[in-house]
Amino acid sequence: MLDQVRSLGRNGLQTLQTLGRSGVFLFFVIFTSQSIRISFPLLVRQLYSVGVLSLVIIIVSGLFIGMVLGLQGYNILVDYGSEQAIGQMVALTLVRELGPVVTALLFAGRAGSALTAEIGLMKATEQLSSMEMMGVDPITRVISPRFWAGFISMPILAMIFSVVGIWGGMMVGVDWLGVYEGSFWANMQASVDFQDDVMNGVIKSIVFGAVCSWIAVFQGYDLVPTSEGISIATTKTVVYSSLAVLGLDFVLTAVMFGGV
Amino acid sequence: MYSRWIELLVGIFMLAGVGALLVLALQVSGLTLAKGGDSYTIYAQFDDLGGLSVRGKVAMAGVTIGKVSAIELDKKTFSAKVSLTIDSDVDFLSIDSTAAINTAGLLGEKYVSISMGADEQSLKPGDVIYDTQSALNIEKLIGNFATGK
Repeated sequence: MLDQVRSLGRNGLQTLQTLGRSGVFLFFVIFTSQSIRISFPLLVRQLYSVGVLSLVIIIVSGLFIGMVLGLQGYNILVDYGSEQAIGQMVALTLVRELGPVVTALLFAGRAGSALTAEIGLMKATEQLSSMEMMGVDPITRVISPRFWAGFISMPILAMIFSVVGIWGGMMVGVDWLGVYEGSFWANMQASVDFQDDVMNGVIKSIVFGAVCSWIAVFQGYDLVPTSEGISIATTKTVVYSSLAVLGLDFVLTAVMFGGV
Repeated sequence: MYSRWIELLVGIFMLAGVGALLVLALQVSGLTLAKGGDSYTIYAQFDDLGGLSVRGKVAMAGVTIGKVSAIELDKKTFSAKVSLTIDSDVDFLSIDSTAAINTAGLLGEKYVSISMGADEQSLKPGDVIYDTQSALNIEKLIGNFATGK
């Protein structure tokens, strides 16, 4: 009995410690980038592997999600004779919710896990410590470019996701199911507001980008340097990122659209 | 050579992001670039708004000429005072123009429709349209029909 209470306390303390460590770690990552000129080529390299290489999965899923939204929306709306509203429905759903959220979930699976595994393997093979031996700060050299690359890539990916999704919805609605194109766009433009809908979606994706990259690099940097530790950390990255994204999405939606 | 490719692709990626934002702004949300400032505000008194909301459009003969910028309750007359922001190139609305709340289609959104009057003088910023027609209230219509009024 006492042992169980003790282990509960120990777990609580460990969780708190990890949280504190990750906060300090984030502080270092953000504020210790010494020189833009040295780290810019590193950032470009990471933008390539985090952003450009994620484009395929983002575009394909965006297209199919937009098409499914168009198809489902049409089937429901056509009963009420208002299938022109399909543009409005697809655009609002994508720009406000699905664009940022699904992009963040895919990003956590595609790029976040890769970041964790890469940094973790560097730690396990003691590349990070040898960097420190040579007087190179591993945070500036390895962690920071990866964090910023994720932070920058996410809003871009989310916007591309929304645009491709709307295009997919248009393809299904207008080209296949015969909704009139003019009313498709007019309904969309009448109901989507740039400030309230598009910019709030972008703000969401910026927050998700920061959180997902933070979790990914921290899990990689903080893991137990064994092959089992790497696998546990990679799993944790995906699970924690997804939970954080879904939870934060509710909070952000409540603040932005719910008037709570 | 390899790193040049990467730089090129990252540049294209960035441009795609800017392009996506532009598409979302211009095509999806219908934002127009050259707009802002050049408009004036008039008011209209309505007995019943019937679901008209801020940012609803103001139209004349179906052409959008402005938007609803604010809605408040007039404490003296207990009617709704609606602020209409009209584009400044529409400066020929006569002072006996009438405003009505219409619905776009059967289930569409409510908008304010302004019909031209015959007076020579035109509305100045801050003027009030009193000759208005409230939103069509279907429940009230059915009620009137049922009680034979």
